[in-house]
Amino acid sequence: MRRVFVNEEWCLACHLCEYNCAFANSGMDDMVLALKGKPIFPRIHVEGDERISYAVSCRHCTDPICVKSCIAGALSKDGDVIRVDRNVCVGCLTCVLVCPYGALAPGPDGVMQKCELCLENSCGEPACVKGCPNRAIVYEERGERA
Amino acid sequence: MRSYAIVGNGVAAVGCIEGIRSVDADGPITIISEETHETYCRPLISYLLEGKTDTERMRYRDADFFDRMGCTVLYGSRAARIASDGTAVVLESGETVHCDALCIATGSSPFVPRFEGIETVPKRFSFMTLDDALALDGALEASSRVLIVGAGLIGLKCAEGICGRVASVTVCDLADRVLSSILDAECAMLMQRNLEQNGIRFMLGDSVSRFEGSRAVMLHGDSVDFDLVVLAVGVRANTGLIADIGGEVGRGIVVDDRMQTSIPGIYAAGDCTEGNDISLGQRRVIAILPNAYLQGHAAGVNMAGGDEVFDKAIPMNSIGFFGLHAMTAGTYTGEVYEEVNGTSVKRLFWENNLLKGFILIGSNERAGIYTSLIRERTPLSSIDFELLKTSATTTAFPREQRRKKFGGVV
Repeated sequence: MRRVFVNEEWCLACHLCEYNCAFANSGMDDMVLALKGKPIFPRIHVEGDERISYAVSCRHCTDPICVKSCIAGALSKDGDVIRVDRNVCVGCLTCVLVCPYGALAPGPDGVMQKCELCLENSCGEPACVKGCPNRAIVYEERGERA
Repeated sequence: MRSYAIVGNGVAAVGCIEGIRSVDADGPITIISEETHETYCRPLISYLLEGKTDTERMRYRDADFFDRMGCTVLYGSRAARIASDGTAVVLESGETVHCDALCIATGSSPFVPRFEGIETVPKRFSFMTLDDALALDGALEASSRVLIVGAGLIGLKCAEGICGRVASVTVCDLADRVLSSILDAECAMLMQRNLEQNGIRFMLGDSVSRFEGSRAVMLHGDSVDFDLVVLAVGVRANTGLIADIGGEVGRGIVVDDRMQTSIPGIYAAGDCTEGNDISLGQRRVIAILPNAYLQGHAAGVNMAGGDEVFDKAIPMNSIGFFGLHAMTAGTYTGEVYEEVNGTSVKRLFWENNLLKGFILIGSNERAGIYTSLIRERTPLSSIDFELLKTSATTTAFPREQRRKKFGGVV
């Protein structure tokens, strides 16, 4: 399966991935109208300090603790992609409590949202990857764990 | 072909079914389900009363799950006893279910103390099951004055779920604070204030001395008039089936890290069990949904002849009321790091180079990084713990570890 991977040596901490993610998931076709002057709730975020930076999004774990812990049955594994059913999620944040990567955060309505690889939004491929100016985020197949 | 029986139809049972099917695609599975509903998300019953979910969305799995998994579900069936070698379950109906491997996933039941006069209360409810919630739902009126006995997780979620629909909600508890099983006094007070600001009234350090119809006379002498009462004092693990055949039982059915009971060949999972809490280094009942699933899954794999160990159990809760969340995990022991800032609190507890537990009120971004340090028993000397104290961030991990997390398949 193709996943999103980061290379922290190449990340410039420009945060463009966060904006591209928020826009791709906004359902709008004008980035300015979608994002300008509004707080954004991207499904990827840049972490780091003055020495190093990198973008964090869902790892789509082979053995996802978030899915096993979800008290609402809202998180599920669809093939290899971990999805959230926002119609079922009650915003308890148990997934935030258990994700070892700190990759999950709720949307503005308190209901969970997460990286689903842009497979079903207008972008069709991860917008964070497509817009990364330094190719610090890539979308590719790497060695699957046995 | 190996056959399986599971007593119980909650989340642990679903974990068990999925565990079995990860090893054995064909062996028939019989589910003995006292409740007449398909598996639902039990922690969501308060959200049902609040109108944030409905019975369809509360399903834990899709409608054809049991068919697809090759399960026969005996709804409305109670297990009376099990054979001492675990090869048969005798139902109260007299019918016998034979199996090669058995899992006890009977959950827990409300514990109701012997309140004097409880039989004189016309409208009294428990709050554990979907049927409890539906019964309460049918009894609530806009004019209802509700008394909830118990300020734990169940009582308070019930209070939140109904307070917008009734005239008043009063919660009493013998403990001097809310959520006493997971919060210290300061954090409990923050949560209590928020609940009070949303209209819930508390009588703490006090409980019901006796009921006189629709009046509760309290230990301290006050009395509370109510229209209906919800009893949420506590729960007890349903251990009878194992205790009756001489299996080891404490507060729950004792299980090892493979979810086997003291009786070879009989497994148990979920709220009815008592397993090892790695943050405490002792056995305890950890009645939370993630544990039920993970234990159930391990039991299922092992029942089917596979080998799965679940040895990362810790208590952990994420619970919110009216938008204010409390996240807690592990055991509150050892040295403490704390940040207190208005309605936001962070307390981290560590001992012997290991993070043991935490309490987060309010701010909880990336809390799972702390949880994983407890579950994985990560030596604090191997990471930048000073940075982690102030911020839950993977930046505190050595570069090589981070490369594996974000540059590889996990």
